[in-house]
Amino acid sequence: MSILEIAGFGKRFTIHHLDKTMPATENIHFSLEAGEFIGIVGKSGSGKSTILKSIYRTYLPDEGKILYDSQRFGLVDLSQVSDRQMLYLRKYEIGYVSQFLNVMPRTTCRQLVTNALLEMGESEITANVETEKTLAHFELDPKLWDSYPNTFSGGEKLRLNIAMATVKKPRLLLLDEPTASLDQQSKVRVREMIEKLKNNGTTLVGIFHDIEFMEGLCDKVFDMKAKKIVLDNKVGVGSES
Amino acid sequence: MHETPILRVENLCKQYGTGCQECQDKERNSVEKNYCKSCGTVFAVRDISLDLYRGEILGIVGESGSGKSTMMQCLYFDTDITSGAAYINRPGKENENVFELSSQQKRMIRNHDYGMVYQNPVHGLKMNFSSIGNIAEKLIAAGNRNVSDMEATGKRLLTNVHIPLHRMKEEPEKFSGGMQQRVQIAKALSNNPPILFLDEVTTGLDLSVQANVLDLIKKIQRELQISMIVVSHDLAVIRMLADRTIVMLNGEIIEEGLTDQVLEDPQHAYTQQLVYSLL
Repeated sequence: MSILEIAGFGKRFTIHHLDKTMPATENIHFSLEAGEFIGIVGKSGSGKSTILKSIYRTYLPDEGKILYDSQRFGLVDLSQVSDRQMLYLRKYEIGYVSQFLNVMPRTTCRQLVTNALLEMGESEITANVETEKTLAHFELDPKLWDSYPNTFSGGEKLRLNIAMATVKKPRLLLLDEPTASLDQQSKVRVREMIEKLKNNGTTLVGIFHDIEFMEGLCDKVFDMKAKKIVLDNKVGVGSES
Repeated sequence: MHETPILRVENLCKQYGTGCQECQDKERNSVEKNYCKSCGTVFAVRDISLDLYRGEILGIVGESGSGKSTMMQCLYFDTDITSGAAYINRPGKENENVFELSSQQKRMIRNHDYGMVYQNPVHGLKMNFSSIGNIAEKLIAAGNRNVSDMEATGKRLLTNVHIPLHRMKEEPEKFSGGMQQRVQIAKALSNNPPILFLDEVTTGLDLSVQANVLDLIKKIQRELQISMIVVSHDLAVIRMLADRTIVMLNGEIIEEGLTDQVLEDPQHAYTQQLVYSLL
């Protein structure tokens, strides 16, 4: 069974003050199996982030189904689960990463990752060990571990974000334009990180605006313009270059 | 997920005034905002229901006059309610509507199950008692009688909230606003309450002191798994603290959801106005 299936998904934004309703996206269908990596491509404004944020409930989905095969709850529709269930899933099963860091101020890089583990109920000792492992794994300079991330570069913030999300070992990880505004070298490192995650068996949904970057990495590519899967490495021949 | 809320509030209402036929009849629409033009009754809290779970911070936002503080005062028995029920998940007493209990039993709940931190420390502290004495007062109310135990607890709490122990015998009236607020938090925590109410606790504090108090609240949540209802009109405070958020307007709940969802995809016209006003 698919771990995630999106069926007939659509989302509109109503702005009461302007008396306007704007469709963000509609009629989206795709599904993916455990351990797969699907890339969503399309130009900006095509609704890529809307899909991701609706899966994570940052946006309230209003049309269609987002079926997710949860370890704790079984098959659930993420557009219907209660707030408390969604909080549980965010804590234990679904992670979200963007290039923007939105965290408690006055908290060091190390504390942020440790707190992510502590809120899952890990012991302090395990949390401390895992934190150092993860920060090293994602190649954050140890000099940065005990400083506040406000002054980190874009690439460092992103790596911290990925560390915070992956230290919880989520079953499903949502990547919201993780390579936007990074230079070529940082992009290559992000790519390597995604490969590591994939090798660990994490199911990934990623948004990218530059398709070249994902070549050979995605199992499936969903094109927002065509509204369908345009590449499927599982059936066809891989497009390794 | 079968979770039992630690506090369940059902259809809580609080009105000032007796009401009249006009405002009882919803069709006739004599109530403007929360005020009945015909008889002058103010409906401060209208039909509020909410659940609070263990270890979570529930945020409540709304403009001044939306009924946030009145609701907190109702829950903490500072003021009588008009109608409604609240159930605390205590062994053997899960189905007891706490509003129907005797004033003595209500006091027991305040002493053992609840902690309250007011916006103005004057309401939560005896300003001319020593700081450690303020904490001892709450501990005695909760049934403590051992002086050295109480002193040890008081010192530990004051240290936790960063009040230097050499000033513990001083009265809060000699302290700065931020220090008073921290003493108030220490006092509210002294009986180890499973439920803590925080009413605009950082309003009026300067930014660095506010940061201190917020860090402290987050630490309490993480380490003690205390459930909290945090009322604030400051969306930044709510964003930082709350897992779930309720938006109130004219005494009613108009929207609720995950905090980031309420802030990024607000549904109600008023919430949109509130969020778009954020600098």
